[in-house]
Amino acid sequence: MVQYTKARLDASFAALSDATRRGVLEQLGRADASITDLAVKFQMTLTGMKKHVGVLEQAGLVTTEKVGRVRTCKLGTRRLEEETAWLDRYRQLWDVRFIELDNVVEELKRKENTDGRKKRN
Amino acid sequence: MDARRETEPTPMKNPTTTERTSERELVVTRTFNAPARIVFEAWTTPELLKRWWAPKSFGISFLSCEADVRTGGTYRFVFGHPAASKPMEFFGRYIEVTPHSRLVWTNDEGAEGGAVTTATFEESGGKTLLVMHDLYPSKDALDAAIASGSTSGMGETFEQLDELLVSLGSSVGRS
Repeated sequence: MVQYTKARLDASFAALSDATRRGVLEQLGRADASITDLAVKFQMTLTGMKKHVGVLEQAGLVTTEKVGRVRTCKLGTRRLEEETAWLDRYRQLWDVRFIELDNVVEELKRKENTDGRKKRN
Repeated sequence: MDARRETEPTPMKNPTTTERTSERELVVTRTFNAPARIVFEAWTTPELLKRWWAPKSFGISFLSCEADVRTGGTYRFVFGHPAASKPMEFFGRYIEVTPHSRLVWTNDEGAEGGAVTTATFEESGGKTLLVMHDLYPSKDALDAAIASGSTSGMGETFEQLDELLVSLGSSVGRS
């Protein structure tokens, strides 16, 4: 079941293995930028930069939004962290419910035993 | 035998796990120390559901709990919370009800993008493994649920929950 999380971590590491992509993250840490801005800054074709941004986006490290004809990129690094925190809280919610459910279940078990004994007697 | 049962210590609490298993799925698991028919009964009897679905410790109270647990039947849970200006409603439809083994229901309170939940009850050696599977219609729908959960009023409920867990943890430590 941890496969999905692992796959995303793998994607993050793969994304970070490239110097240009690390540079792009650093750049976006300072300010949001369009793909054209990034292509100019890293002296790359628009298509080349689109590919790099695509890899970062796939890994959840960057998010992009298209407004008019400009696609703006921003850092999205907090996503995985937020999700982990949310999942933990979701687990706590169910955990507390299940503690109460344990009590109900124990009571039903006791009742079943008592009823069973009555029938046998 | 009966006397022993009275003095038996509370069994160790079984752990709950949560996992996002794909872009649109969440899975919750938990084992219960009872046969599946008993756990299933607690999930499908409104008076029993009421006792555990909204634990007292949340500060949430059930205003009403209607559940017509059969294939095609509907449910509607209404909760009140001192901090909420109006009651919170959760409702949907049971798509599948297979006694003692499987429950499938929709979560229709959101305008769109509600998950379909499948709960399976697997009995083994007198214990029951519950696996609850939430399938969202899209990655965006699950992402949105996560995003709203981490920013909205849920935070307050969770703070109370944190306090409760600390107190539960310390009482476990003492026993």
